[in-house]
Amino acid sequence: MTSELDIFVGNTTLIDEDVYRLWLDGYSVTDAVALRVRSGILEQTGATAAVLQSDTMDHYRTFHMLERLLHAPPKLLHQLIFQIPPSRQALLIERYYAFDEAFVREVLGKKLSKGTKKDLDDISTKTGITLKSCRRQFDNFKRVFKVVEEMRGSLVDNIQQHFLLSDRLARDYAAIVFFANNRFETGKKKLQYLSFGDFAFCAELMIQNWTLGADLKELKVLVADKDLLDLHKSLVCTALRGKLGVFSEMEANFKNLSRGLVNVAAKLTHNKDVRDLFVDLVEKFVEPCRSDHWPLSDVRFFLNQYSASVHSLDGFRHQALWDRYMGTLRGCLLRLYHD
Amino acid sequence: MPGKLKVKIVAGRHLPVMDRASDLTDAFVEVKFGNTTFKTDVYLKSLNPQWNSEWFKFEVDDEDLQDEPLQITVLDHDTYSANDAIGKVYIDIDPLLYSEAATVISGWFPIYDTIHGIRGEINVVVKVDLFNDLNRFRQSSCGVKFFCTTSIPKCYRAVIIHGFVEELVVNEDPEYQWIDRIRTPRASNEARQRLISLMSGELQRKIGLKVLEMRGNAVVGYLQCFDLEGESGLVVRAIGTACTLDKLSSPAAFLPACNSPSKEMKEIPFNEDPNPNTHSSGPSTPLKNQTYSFSPSKSYSRQSSSSDTDLSLTPKTGMGSGSAGKEGGPFKALLRQQTQSALEQREFPFFTLTAFPPGFLVHVGGVVSARSVKLLDRIHNPDEPETRDAWWAEIRQEIKSHAKALGCHAVVGYSESTSICEEVCILSASGTAAVLNPRFLQDGTVEGCLEQRLEENLPTRCGFCHIPYDELNMPFPAHLTYCYNCRKQKVPDVLFTTIDLPTDATVIGKGCLIQARLCRLKKKAQAEANATAISNLLPFMEYEVHTQLMNKLKLKGMNALFGLRIQITVGENMLMGLASATGVYLAALPTPGGIQIAGKTPNDGSYEQHISHMQKKINDTIAKNKELYEINPPEISEEIIGSPIPEPRQRSRLLRSQSESSDEVTELDLSHGKKDAFVLEIDDTDAMEDVHSLLTDVPPPSGFYSCNTEIMPGINNWTSEIQMFTSVRVIRLSSLNLTNQALNKNFNDLCENLLKSLYFKLRSMIPCCLCHVNFTVSLPEDELIQVTVTAVAITFDKNQALQTTKTPVEKSLQRASTDNEELLQFPLELCSDSLPSHPFPPAKEHLESASSNSGIPAAQRDRCSSWIELIKLKAQTIRRGSIKTTMTVEKASPVGDGNFRNRSAPPCANSTVGVVKMTPLSFIPGAKITKYLGIINMFFIRETTSLREEGGVSGFLHAFIAEVFAMVRAHVAALGGNAVVSYIMKQCVFMENPNKNQAQCLINVSGDAVVFVRESDLEVVSSQQPTTNCQSSCTEGEVTT
Repeated sequence: MTSELDIFVGNTTLIDEDVYRLWLDGYSVTDAVALRVRSGILEQTGATAAVLQSDTMDHYRTFHMLERLLHAPPKLLHQLIFQIPPSRQALLIERYYAFDEAFVREVLGKKLSKGTKKDLDDISTKTGITLKSCRRQFDNFKRVFKVVEEMRGSLVDNIQQHFLLSDRLARDYAAIVFFANNRFETGKKKLQYLSFGDFAFCAELMIQNWTLGADLKELKVLVADKDLLDLHKSLVCTALRGKLGVFSEMEANFKNLSRGLVNVAAKLTHNKDVRDLFVDLVEKFVEPCRSDHWPLSDVRFFLNQYSASVHSLDGFRHQALWDRYMGTLRGCLLRLYHD
Repeated sequence: MPGKLKVKIVAGRHLPVMDRASDLTDAFVEVKFGNTTFKTDVYLKSLNPQWNSEWFKFEVDDEDLQDEPLQITVLDHDTYSANDAIGKVYIDIDPLLYSEAATVISGWFPIYDTIHGIRGEINVVVKVDLFNDLNRFRQSSCGVKFFCTTSIPKCYRAVIIHGFVEELVVNEDPEYQWIDRIRTPRASNEARQRLISLMSGELQRKIGLKVLEMRGNAVVGYLQCFDLEGESGLVVRAIGTACTLDKLSSPAAFLPACNSPSKEMKEIPFNEDPNPNTHSSGPSTPLKNQTYSFSPSKSYSRQSSSSDTDLSLTPKTGMGSGSAGKEGGPFKALLRQQTQSALEQREFPFFTLTAFPPGFLVHVGGVVSARSVKLLDRIHNPDEPETRDAWWAEIRQEIKSHAKALGCHAVVGYSESTSICEEVCILSASGTAAVLNPRFLQDGTVEGCLEQRLEENLPTRCGFCHIPYDELNMPFPAHLTYCYNCRKQKVPDVLFTTIDLPTDATVIGKGCLIQARLCRLKKKAQAEANATAISNLLPFMEYEVHTQLMNKLKLKGMNALFGLRIQITVGENMLMGLASATGVYLAALPTPGGIQIAGKTPNDGSYEQHISHMQKKINDTIAKNKELYEINPPEISEEIIGSPIPEPRQRSRLLRSQSESSDEVTELDLSHGKKDAFVLEIDDTDAMEDVHSLLTDVPPPSGFYSCNTEIMPGINNWTSEIQMFTSVRVIRLSSLNLTNQALNKNFNDLCENLLKSLYFKLRSMIPCCLCHVNFTVSLPEDELIQVTVTAVAITFDKNQALQTTKTPVEKSLQRASTDNEELLQFPLELCSDSLPSHPFPPAKEHLESASSNSGIPAAQRDRCSSWIELIKLKAQTIRRGSIKTTMTVEKASPVGDGNFRNRSAPPCANSTVGVVKMTPLSFIPGAKITKYLGIINMFFIRETTSLREEGGVSGFLHAFIAEVFAMVRAHVAALGGNAVVSYIMKQCVFMENPNKNQAQCLINVSGDAVVFVRESDLEVVSSQQPTTNCQSSCTEGEVTT
């Protein structure tokens, strides 16, 4: 006796959150059944393995049918085929667009193209996330990217409007789109200690405060003009003397650090150099400070003083530009400064 | 030109991409009714076209309005080649023809294609202007309301229940016409869909005419089915119960919108009407005159002559003086005569209803059924479907005479079905023989006083259990005892019925779904040899199904079956029998005896041991079931009477001799002893198998109950969460060495596993009950068995598990509240309601004992901190009807309002699709139906030539059923409704050809579109409502004391 056909259709579409998770995680029906058995569900419910198999197949089929609609979430809301309560619809969408930290770290900043898609095999092996799940996550990134790429207005709002995501998730997607668009390098070994959250935090600051095409080259004078650099250093040192645990290290390193920070600004004007932003920040600032064991509080003191002191430099005329640049950079650096 | 149909095409959305180059579609719409077609403009390059068309107006006869569906076709315009069809929408405009149903159909309809399924949606507005024309030669029956619901619809009152109406129409099946060889599958499917839609409309119109002729205004319990007879054609047939209904809010009797005076009616040519009496007596004669003629009409057709003889055989006088109490006797006889006369007017005194107004059902005799095997031949003249008519007439006649043999003049819970395999067709009919109260059968002109006294003397709660047949002349062997409730009348030891449990019946404990399953192999044969083989097998199958049911019932410790439905399915090489029913313990019937196993070779020691082991297992199961279903019948009565238990043989004679002296009935009743056990003789391996299979049925997991009736006996505190579902399973049998045993096991496992899966899937709803569990079996191919289940899961409140409706406590409470003096003065009368011959106790104790009688488990009783509270709760339960308790208000409503963190995702809140509930029940828990919008009767075909790509057979059928639900919901929403009640999937014919990567499925569903309002919302508006309801129901005789 073999089951040729076995279906269950409810007037309200049954969604089992646990099975949905397994499906999203890309497990095959067989694996999902095995995992469910391991969860002890058979003992709890007194069901048999055959029942579990049938139930899992059924849910998988439903999810498969829903997937087409999940690609355009507003369609899920207006379609008539599946009667799903709004709260469940939101759950379906939110979970479908959720992604794994390990996965996003691999793809963040990469071009969302076929080429990257080919690498998904490796990513899957490396992260232990199933290839199927990797594909879904990658396709989600790509889909969102394609839809909002050319749109005007707030990135987060556009994503929310077209994909009906929660505020948190829409912000994450905005970061992913922003990174993919600018192709920031995030995969270098020295950047491995950074989490997606770190990058997303920076992305949000940059999206909010920075505009493309600002003439950041003007800031170069701060390090190019030796007098200005010396004056800047003395201003900072005077202000921080006795307040910084790592004062002597700071004093010794000031020029290097300042050059690093200002050169990052200059590089932002060249599109192909933009990609190295995070590498530069870590190489030129985070690592030197870390090797001298600066506590975070000292980094904060220093950055505050470093950017404020510029106001007292009479020869410098780009105060507003500097504030905008440093305001964001300070926020990013403080976030990036950890082990 | 009696009507004008107006249609407006507003917009489309989510259309499929028809032009690959532009990824867009140039859509336009054709609107067709009858032979007239209108077109909208082409809306270029859009998947969401806004046509916003003018009003297309069709001027049509109301006959066409009833028959024809409105056909809307969405197409993609193509300049250089033929326009591509995107899909269609068929709209049944019948609901617009009732004066009080829907006034407009407006909404988004899924665009359906038989090959691709749903492809986007279209927004349509439809209106009808009807003109009355009274003088026309009428062929239409606009205004007659149709209900699938098999009880009097919730917001109506039955003025008269006229009786049985039936009709069938036949046609060639387009699928089998020569032209089909050159037609595309799409064209063929659409031709079939359109034809069935047309035939359904015609059928409904013809039935409507019959109803008008009977001077009714509605058909209740309308059941329409189609038979795919293959080469020989297509039959659409329907049965129903004609009624005159009165809307409850408006006291004036409702008349059909275009009702014509009765004088016009005699002009109606009723060619198909098999009863010539209708013509000769003339429709101009008022119906009530007919009902008063006591003499049997000689002008009856052949059937009547046979029924006359049956009548004389019917021992009605014996009933009156023999078993009836001395008070009840004469009235009962009178009542019997009246009923008889009222029913004699009808050729078939059948009622498709399964639940009745209080007082309607007087006695129930038992299940009557008839089957016949026919060979299909080509229907030569579709306009005169005489053969099919004659076949059914024959079967109905048989049913009628079976009922007569049971001393009954009517059949309730009546239904008909067919099973077809190649050229063989099994026609089946079944129902419950019953004696009815004439009050509802005629124009309400019965002498008032008589009626009242009748009601006073008829014990309503247990009355239906009392045998209607004469105990001296019993139609079948049965053990009779005095009713355990009133002690005055005789009751059988078990009662099988096809109806729902009467709401006023006293039940102990809870009910449960009981199924008998059976397969029998049959040799493949042709034509007559095949028909003969089947005919020969049928009686054995019926017998075995019955035995299985009886055994399983006893194993559950119960004594009655409700909602019994036996389905016999014929296949190429086997017959399948599936019986489903809801078992209960009726307080009025005796405690069922156990099951005793007797071996054949008593000398063999090990065998003996085995037998005793089995016996122990059975006894344990019975004990466990009694606990599980809370069956604790009161044993007090025995102690009081304390008489010895007589030999079973003597007992009936003893009772017989004593039955005259009804005064001492209670003292002399000796019938309540332990019944002699039902003996199962194990004489061969077959019987062994049977016993084993008895024990393989696993009870539902804790927190689950199931039944196939409307309401679960013993549960009435429903909360509002409902989930209707359809589940389909097909198994392939390994063709090697199939034996009956292996087959039975396969089939049994299939059903059991299916149930287990349902329990598992719905586990989040616990505590919950699967209601109206409806199994259908079909044998689509040699080695395939298909089981389809539709049911609804309803949650209930465990913490407030109040016992069932109308318990003795409630009755006495009502008395107590209305007249305390009386309660004190006539204690014995009260007691006879609850506990006979119990010395009158102090009120409190009385209540307690009475409620234990009603089966409230002690643990739950304890939850009520005081009896006052319990009383209040019960009183509330009464006022709100049997399905509602106070907790419903507090319980969070529908399935969806979960507590998912919604705070951050506001966009999802503004969903535009309204929720439409679907349920096979006639009610919605925790809600009140305020309006019936019309019948939903839809037929769909879906076909695929890319089965693998659509996810195989499961993917294909899953999607199709989901689409069918969606289309039903869309139609209901467009009518302005928010639910379908009495929903039924009447057919799900699935055929596959995996080698060709093809599959096809036909689905037929129906139900009543309604508007419901949550009771919690209602109560805010008017808190007075329940009281008024109670009063009105009192006057209707619901509460008789």
